[in-house]
Amino acid sequence: MSLVKSAEDREGYYGEYGGCFLPEILTSTIEELRHCFDECKNDPTFWAEFIALLQNYSGRPTPVTYLENLSKHLGGAQIYAKREDLNHTGSHKINNVMGQGLLAKRLGKKRVIAETGAGQHGFATATMAARFGFDCKIYMGAVDVARQRPNVFWMENLGAEVIAVQDGQRTLKDAINECLRDWVTNMADTHYVLGTACGPHPFPEMVSYFQSVIGREAREQIVDQVGRLPDKVYACVGGGSNAMGIFQGFLDDKDVELVGCEAGGYGPGPGRHASRLAYKDASVGVAQGFKTYFLQNDDGNMLETHSIAAGLDYIGVNPILVNMWENEQVRFEAATDDMVREALQLVMRTEGVIPALESTHAFAQVILEAPLLGKDEVILINQSGRGDKDIFTVADAIDDKHWKEFIKQKAVEYGA
Amino acid sequence: MALEQYLRERLKHKDMLLMTHVVCGYPSFEENLKALEVMAEFDVDLVELQFPFSEPSADGPLFVKANQAAVSSGVHTRDCFQFMKKVAELFPFKLLMMGYYNTAFKLGEAEFMQSLQAAGGSGYIIPDLPLEEAGEMHRLSAEVDLDPIILMTPTNTDARLKTLGEAAKGFVYAVARKGVTGSKTQMDAEVTSFIEHCRQYTDLPIGVGFGISDKTDMDFLRGKADIAIIGTAALKKWEEGGEDALRGFFSELLG
Repeated sequence: MSLVKSAEDREGYYGEYGGCFLPEILTSTIEELRHCFDECKNDPTFWAEFIALLQNYSGRPTPVTYLENLSKHLGGAQIYAKREDLNHTGSHKINNVMGQGLLAKRLGKKRVIAETGAGQHGFATATMAARFGFDCKIYMGAVDVARQRPNVFWMENLGAEVIAVQDGQRTLKDAINECLRDWVTNMADTHYVLGTACGPHPFPEMVSYFQSVIGREAREQIVDQVGRLPDKVYACVGGGSNAMGIFQGFLDDKDVELVGCEAGGYGPGPGRHASRLAYKDASVGVAQGFKTYFLQNDDGNMLETHSIAAGLDYIGVNPILVNMWENEQVRFEAATDDMVREALQLVMRTEGVIPALESTHAFAQVILEAPLLGKDEVILINQSGRGDKDIFTVADAIDDKHWKEFIKQKAVEYGA
Repeated sequence: MALEQYLRERLKHKDMLLMTHVVCGYPSFEENLKALEVMAEFDVDLVELQFPFSEPSADGPLFVKANQAAVSSGVHTRDCFQFMKKVAELFPFKLLMMGYYNTAFKLGEAEFMQSLQAAGGSGYIIPDLPLEEAGEMHRLSAEVDLDPIILMTPTNTDARLKTLGEAAKGFVYAVARKGVTGSKTQMDAEVTSFIEHCRQYTDLPIGVGFGISDKTDMDFLRGKADIAIIGTAALKKWEEGGEDALRGFFSELLG
C-alpha cells in the first residue's frame, strides 16, 4: 500500500492543492509540528505505540460486518460495513485524536484545542485530553452546539471547556477560525488538534496518516471474509478524514473504485448544500490555511452551507482527495438530506445498526447503486460513526411523536 | 514616490509616523470617508484599507464583526478598489491594501496587482500569505512598483528574520505580540528588545502594531519605532461616538 506522497518539489502540495497559508507568527510552531511528525513517521516504534494505544484504549480493530439483509433487500451487490462506529466515543475521530495526542506529548505541550462540527471530534479530543492530562478547550459553532447538545454534555463532563462560537455562520468553519485565533496566541504550550484532513500542511497528510489505520485493517478483513478485494469502497466526505482513512487501504488496487459521498443538503445551488466536488458550485480558493475547492462566491467569500449532518457541513475539502478526483482515482457523488433520512430508516430496520447521519450519506449512495450491480459484486462502506448522538435531529426529521412527548414531559420536570 | 522614500521624507519632519486602518464598507463607505477625513486632519501618514473577507482568522473580535458586516452588506472587491481610488484622490496619505490572500487569488493575482496600482495603492499587507507562497505575488508587485509589506513577529527565529528582512520592501511591520488584532499589548522591555532585534535584519523603517491604543503606548514607542500602527482602537472609538470620538482619540493620542 502506498501512503500519500506530496508533489515532488513542493512539500505539502498534492497537484495544485494543499500548501500552508498561515500568519507569520505560526511559522516556528508549524515547523516544529512538521518536524515532529516527520520523526514519528520515520520511527517504527511510533506506529506500534499508536496501534497499541488504539487497541488497549479505544477498541481497535473495529470489525467489518456483512450487511446480508440490506444486500438481499436491495437485490444487487453484497454490502459490507467497516464499523468505525464501534470505536470509543462513537466514531473514527478517536484514531486521529490519539495520534495527535502522542504527538502533543512529544512536543511537550500542556494544552490542546480543537474545533468540532457534529461534536464527535470535540468529544474524542476531550476524552484524549482527560486520558493524557492536557487542558482542553473545544470551539464549536453556536448552531452546532444547539443541534448536538448530547456531545457538548459529554465534552463538558470530561473536563473540557466548550466555547459556542458566535461569529459568521456559527458552524464548523467558524470554529476553525476561532481555533486559529487561539493558536496564534497560545502556541507555546498549546497543540491544535485539527479534526479533519484539512487546513495547513502537515494536517491533511497527518490526519490522513493516522486514519489510514481504517483502510489497512479493512483491506485485510474484507479479503479474509470474502476472499477477494471489494469492487467499490464508499465513504462520506466532509473534510475528508474518514474517506482518506479507508481509501488509503486500496490506493494500489486499481480495480477498486473509490466513491466519496458529499452532503447534498437540499440539492444543487449555492448555499443549499455542502458538496464541493459532486455539485458544480465550488471553485479553487485559499482559506483556513490551505488551497482547495471551496464553496465561495466570485469575491472569494465563503457561501452558506447546509447539511442535515453537522459533521459534513464544511466549505472546503481535503486537498489529497481533490487531486485524486482530478486524476480520476475517486468518484464524487452527493446524497441529499431526504435520501439520508430514508436511508437511515432502512439501514436501522434491516440491519439493526445505527450509522451517524454523516456516515448515512455513504449508505444513501450505496442504496442507489447496489441494485444496479451483480450479486457477485462486493461493496465496502465506511460506517464512520454511530447515530446515537443524532437522536434529536433524527427524531425531528422523522417526526417521532413519542420522542416529542418525552421531551415535553422532561421540560415540565425541569420546570421549563 | 516609492513608499520607502515617502516614509523617509516624512521622518525628516516627524519623530514617528502614524498608520491607521479602515475596514472598507464598515459601517459604510460614507462613514469610512468621514473617518478618513478625521485621520487626514491629524496628518496620518499611511492608511490600511482592509478588503473584507468572510474568514478573517488573523483578526480579533471587533475586526471580525466589521469584516462580516461588510461582507453581508454586499461589499465587493471592485467596490474596495473604487473606494481606494477615490480616497487616493481626496487625501494626501499613502494607501495599502490589507486583507486575506483569497481576495487576490480569486480575482487573479495579476488583475489584483493591476487594480491595486490603478487605484493608487502603494502596497499590500496579506497576513495569511507566508513568503513560501508569495513568490508570484511578489514578482507581480515588483513589476508595478508596489510593496509587499512583510511582518516580523516575536516567535521568528534569527534565520527566519533574516529571510524576512531580505524580502521586505517599503517598511517592516513588527507584530508587537502573539495573538490576533485588538487586544491590549503590555509595552515593556520585551517589545523594545524585539524592535531592536528586528533592526538587525532590516534597514527599512519599522512600523509597530498590534494592541497600540493610547498616548502612553505612543510615548513608549517614540524613539524606538518609525511608525506606530493603530487599528482596533480607532474603530472602537468610531463605534463609541463617530467623528467626535475619533477626533478626541487622535487629539489625545498625539497630544
